[in-house]
Amino acid sequence: MTDPVLSVSGLDVRFATPDGDVHAVKGVSLQVARGETVAIVGESGSGKSQTMMAVMGLLASNGRVAGSARYRDQELVGLPLKRLNTIRGSRITMIFQEPMTSLDPLYRVGRQIAEPLIHHRGLGRRQARARVVELLRLVGIPEPERRVDSYPHELSGGQRQRVMIAMALACEPDVLIADEPTTALDVTIQAQILDLLADLKARLGMAIVFITHDLGIVRRFADRVYVMKSGEVVEEGPVGRLFAAPAHAYTRMLLAAEPTGRKEPPPDTAPVLLEGRNVKVGFRLGGGFLAGPPIEINAVDGVTVRLVRGQTIGIVGESGSGKSTLGRALLRLNHGTGQIRFEHHDISRADRREMRRYRRELQLVFQDPFGSLSPRLTVGQIITEGLLVHEPRLTRADRDRRAVEAMREVGLDPATRNRYPHEFSGGQRQRIAIARAIILKPKVVVLDEPTSALDRSVQKQIVDLLRDLQARHGLSYLFISHDLAVVRALADHILVMKAGRVVEEGPTDAIFDAPRHPYTQALMSAALGHATRPDTAHAAG
Amino acid sequence: MSVSDTTAPVPAAGEGRSLWQDAWRRLRRNKAAVLSALVLAVVILAAVFGPYVVPHAYDTVYSNYVRTPASLEPYPRADAIEPEIRAALRRARVDIASIAVADGVATVEVTSEREIDPRVTRYLERSDLFTNGAVQRLSDDRRSATLTADVQQFHFYLGTDGNGRDMLARILVATRVSLAIGILATAVALVIGVTYGAVAGYFGGKVDDVMMRIVDVLYSLPFIFFVIMLVVFFGRNFVLMFIAVGAIEWLDMARIVRGQTLALKRREFVQAAEALGVENAGILKRHIIPNTLGPVVIYMTLMVPRVIILESFLSFLGLGVQEPLTSLGVLIAEGARNIEGATWLLVYPAITLALVLFALNFLGDGLRDALDPKDR
Repeated sequence: MTDPVLSVSGLDVRFATPDGDVHAVKGVSLQVARGETVAIVGESGSGKSQTMMAVMGLLASNGRVAGSARYRDQELVGLPLKRLNTIRGSRITMIFQEPMTSLDPLYRVGRQIAEPLIHHRGLGRRQARARVVELLRLVGIPEPERRVDSYPHELSGGQRQRVMIAMALACEPDVLIADEPTTALDVTIQAQILDLLADLKARLGMAIVFITHDLGIVRRFADRVYVMKSGEVVEEGPVGRLFAAPAHAYTRMLLAAEPTGRKEPPPDTAPVLLEGRNVKVGFRLGGGFLAGPPIEINAVDGVTVRLVRGQTIGIVGESGSGKSTLGRALLRLNHGTGQIRFEHHDISRADRREMRRYRRELQLVFQDPFGSLSPRLTVGQIITEGLLVHEPRLTRADRDRRAVEAMREVGLDPATRNRYPHEFSGGQRQRIAIARAIILKPKVVVLDEPTSALDRSVQKQIVDLLRDLQARHGLSYLFISHDLAVVRALADHILVMKAGRVVEEGPTDAIFDAPRHPYTQALMSAALGHATRPDTAHAAG
Repeated sequence: MSVSDTTAPVPAAGEGRSLWQDAWRRLRRNKAAVLSALVLAVVILAAVFGPYVVPHAYDTVYSNYVRTPASLEPYPRADAIEPEIRAALRRARVDIASIAVADGVATVEVTSEREIDPRVTRYLERSDLFTNGAVQRLSDDRRSATLTADVQQFHFYLGTDGNGRDMLARILVATRVSLAIGILATAVALVIGVTYGAVAGYFGGKVDDVMMRIVDVLYSLPFIFFVIMLVVFFGRNFVLMFIAVGAIEWLDMARIVRGQTLALKRREFVQAAEALGVENAGILKRHIIPNTLGPVVIYMTLMVPRVIILESFLSFLGLGVQEPLTSLGVLIAEGARNIEGATWLLVYPAITLALVLFALNFLGDGLRDALDPKDR
């Protein structure tokens, strides 16, 4: 580490909030050498993003920075905006997590990439365009001459992230800061983006600062790691040593946070609870008075599922594969067709009124614990809402008692039931959502990506909770997820979906150990590239 | 929440902090908004209780005090008393020897070639200025006398209008009327608009199409034409005013709430409620409407001033409230006609209206900042 291109020392970030100052980053020091890949790892709220935002001068208006951040010999903290702008966007560039929102939807991508070229390099429009096409080819966008005139909405998520990378590379930076660049992407796309970054790094010789919560990516990708916890660096070191012999308890906890355990399949005699035959869900796009006939898209195209008592079926697939739509169709929450039976009742044609009888037995937990709880109701009201519908004769005190029971069951402090959802963390909110489902004592719970918005260590707790509840109440789960590690820990049967169809199906171990369909194989190698290697067998323990 | 134990002990629940409380805390830090709220509170208190406190009724006519300028000094002025006495006693056919005014009591020495009738004091009392006229001393030959009369002193702090009515009382009543129309019309718009918009947005599809086309049709109706029609059918009255204004303003509210609802019904907590089997009414009541209230409250504080201005406009055209009842719009219209000779007729109502509008707008802005989720 002779020649640090970026060195941060004693960096402090505070945010002034109505509840007093929040000390987000506490004296962080780190070095990035030329051509090195440094990963900053930590869970949400650990200050890893804010550290780099402070370096780039991108903090929110109530943030204050102290300490030092040097690019080569240039101090960045406190640098006037004009001078700072000659460095950021040119020498140090950044890519963000959300490729959907970090591109301006009103401008063609070519123009957005050309902007830093015209601004920092003083290129003319025509030269800039030629360079943009070259960059798009570099980041692996097909037909760059055509794509240069596309609008962001015409590109897929992965392509947008490639455009973001092209934009960051436009001025051949020395340092590329990547803030969770692959988190919002599907696993196979994630792998492609990581390969692209590694390849670009080798070819252009820039340093990469990689901010992530995913240790799998770190192991595959980084040279050195800084582990951050509540604003401080608790451990640093080369990847090999850190993974082999983590010194700090927090690092060990992070490494052990992969969900573990296996689920035994239910006995063959278990009765069928929920069955869907040849389920189809179609959507009409466009069309109308002057737009001609609508385009029909089958989000779910003839899927058959059979869920027996005590079983957990994992439905895996990438975004857009129709797995969530299938889950909702089985609960008759959308306009799917096909035969759906719950216990002995055919519910394929039940309308909303008829379905109300079955709703208490068929529950749903959503992905986003922030969006699935009404912000204007207290937690107690949220949890007991189902009781208002299904047991209207309960008194207020009875409902209150049931809320307390349900909260205890999911490991929440019942004394907090008059609080509002925004006062809880992500994991706690997901527990609230689970409490809302189980207070009705359902038989089937559809879990729609219940863990994917959560940190690894919290994920593990939720997985343990779900498993515990299943054992205690004999629940059956339909577990929808793109996260194969979680699915492996929870499900005893797996459906792999692609473009609305089931491409492969079977017991969990069979699917993981010997995937037959090429799509399943691609999914496995992209997602579990690290976990299927023998040296990480302990993680699967 | 009351916790009554039956079987298992239920732990007491701590208090939570709702989004409204958060917003309230943010609002309290906004000095302009707090000041506006205070000003508004003072204006409302004055409008509600002021007319009972001020010495004059809003419709009492003082024919001696037409268009008197605003002043802190009491009327009549000392130099106005003497001419008034002379004018009053001219018809009594007495000669005035001397006039003295002290401590609100006028003392007049009079002489006459004929006998003076003690009832001469009635001439004095005919004027609004004097009461308790009395003959203090009558000479033996009844040819000279000393009369006294109490001078009635009036305060017209904001002057009087062209009919001799106290402006302060009129402004207070006008503020009361304007605020009442503003708040009631907004309430009408709120109830209709929120319900209509939420229903249209939540059910969507054909229901939404039909309901919003109705709104479009109503939008295309000229407002003034609508009001004139109402006035023709029902005559001019106060209740009609806010029904007319509210019936127009709910259209905007319905559109805003519908837009909010369209976004909200895609949110997972609404889908979660559907998955629980909650009926439509329950979803609207517990999930949709409470979550639209943030923007609605903001829009409401901005709608009140708009309604007040609208009412002023209607009153200006002569379609508003009827004399002697008045509103700020009416007062300003009158003031504008008298701007050359009597500026106070325009200035004070205009200041009051501006104060109310400023306060409401700043409060609305403050609320918008306080309720904006991006700030969180």
